[in-house]
Amino acid sequence: MPYPEEMVAPMRAEVVDLGVQELRTAAEVKEAMANSTGTALYFINSVCGCAAGSARPGLKIALGNDNKPAKIGTVFAGQDREATDAARGAASQFPPSSPSVVLFKNGEPVFYMPRHQIEGRDAPSVAFELVGAFDEFCS
Amino acid sequence: MGTFHSDKGDLHGMTVVVRTNGPRVYVGRCDEHRPDGIILNDVDHHDDGQDGKTTDQYLEFASKYGVFKKHDRFVVPQDEIASVTRLGEL
Repeated sequence: MPYPEEMVAPMRAEVVDLGVQELRTAAEVKEAMANSTGTALYFINSVCGCAAGSARPGLKIALGNDNKPAKIGTVFAGQDREATDAARGAASQFPPSSPSVVLFKNGEPVFYMPRHQIEGRDAPSVAFELVGAFDEFCS
Repeated sequence: MGTFHSDKGDLHGMTVVVRTNGPRVYVGRCDEHRPDGIILNDVDHHDDGQDGKTTDQYLEFASKYGVFKKHDRFVVPQDEIASVTRLGEL
């Protein structure tokens, strides 16, 4: 059951305000992923404060890094189900998880940060992991 | 942005590994650990040797990538529990 949109809107905005493209439908996800050249990051947003509360600000810190993905998109798990399923389908070798981060390089997933690696960590710690992946795959 | 969860203890919302007194291990998101057992959401379980994987091999994959759930919700009785640890701390 989705949460009321007025509750979720600030969490969407927290990511979209970073310049991240919000993908609300499966068609939007497929279109965004159609050109797989280069690097692309997809952030699976979530209402859960146990992890998403540090994942979103962690992503914000990480995107301040010199090396970062060329394309960045987000879907909202539990809210935009078809879009989320489409994004997860592109990395179906990984168990579904929200919030989570998946980084693609030339269409292949090269980095995955599932929810349990975010739980209990603060934003700088999450950012540290993301920056490590950005420096490895996006430089 | 804060959490919407009520106070159900420190493990509420955390993905945990529940080792049992037998060959089975459970991985799921803790809802609540009560005196009579632990309530898990989005739960997978593995028996030592299942699919040719030891428990350690299963948990090694789980700690990197998570688990494909077999149950939406599952209760592990307290008398079957040997330990509860956070998956992120393995």
